[in-house]
Amino acid sequence: MTPPANGTVATPERVALVDLLDRLLSTGVVVTGEVTLSIADVDLVYISLRALIASAGTVAADPPVGRDWAP
Amino acid sequence: MDDNRQPAGVWLHAVTRDAGPCELDGVAGIGGRAVRTVHAGGLVAVVSSVDLAQFGEEPLRRNLEDLDWLETVARAHHSVVETVGRSRPVVPARLTTVYRDDAGLRAMLEQRRGDFDAVLDRVSGRTEWGVKTYAVPTSERLSGTPPAETARPGTAYLQRRRAQLSAEDQRWQLAVAGAEEVHAALTGCAAAARRHPPQDRRLSGRTEPMLLNGAYLVERRDADRFGAAVTAQAARHPGLHLELTGPWPPYSFVTNEFVTAEEEPPR
Repeated sequence: MTPPANGTVATPERVALVDLLDRLLSTGVVVTGEVTLSIADVDLVYISLRALIASAGTVAADPPVGRDWAP
Repeated sequence: MDDNRQPAGVWLHAVTRDAGPCELDGVAGIGGRAVRTVHAGGLVAVVSSVDLAQFGEEPLRRNLEDLDWLETVARAHHSVVETVGRSRPVVPARLTTVYRDDAGLRAMLEQRRGDFDAVLDRVSGRTEWGVKTYAVPTSERLSGTPPAETARPGTAYLQRRRAQLSAEDQRWQLAVAGAEEVHAALTGCAAAARRHPPQDRRLSGRTEPMLLNGAYLVERRDADRFGAAVTAQAARHPGLHLELTGPWPPYSFVTNEFVTAEEEPPR
């Protein structure tokens, strides 16, 4: 679709990891597996965010796509 | 698989309806190996075979602390879900849904068939869009009322400062209210909407706070209309910066039917 103009940013080519994890960790079907599902809930979100924040220096150092302010 | 000295597990990517051949040839799953399908209860599960030495409960817990590992796995999972969703309704599985074998997965599909059907109906023909909203940085001061005539320099400074603070406060309240309006307007253009927690500034990579991290389930044919609505909201709220992502598989809209599954005590 056409990238909206004026204060919005076009969809980046590669999705941002943080946006992806928002969706993959806090949502998605939760069904009972037999092996790992004891950590498929809150613990997992906590663990992953901790890993992410630990690397936040790197994450923030990458120039964000389309970093332009609204008018 | 042929070379498995380690016990193999079954990583669930997504579930869809069993409707003719899947276009999954050559799609790489976890570890770059081709995905395969498991059929049961009129459903198809798209899975990767994984090594339990890496994906069993204990190793998984460790590996999830490793951001590179997490990113590789998350992107592989996403790529499979996206491919499946391109041609058919898809119910994505949460990261780290692992079964010991196909039989366990088949039993789950048969047992929860009704739930899957309900979710597949809901997401059919729809995709998810993300809209994040930030307050624009305060580099530009509001052109508020200038302080009254300067009786004394000190008083003038205090008056100026007070006016500045109150302008910033007002600006913040406007931004928060604006983000609520954006969410309400976009919800009106969507079949369903949901808010994720705003992202930490260290993760969003932006200095200004995120006020809205919304997800919207939109009919495929209405994608342009939704994009136009986002543009209109951006124009309407000059104090906000809007960011659109998507289309996503309907990650944020598949959980409700499965809440009871979470609450069930183990065996």
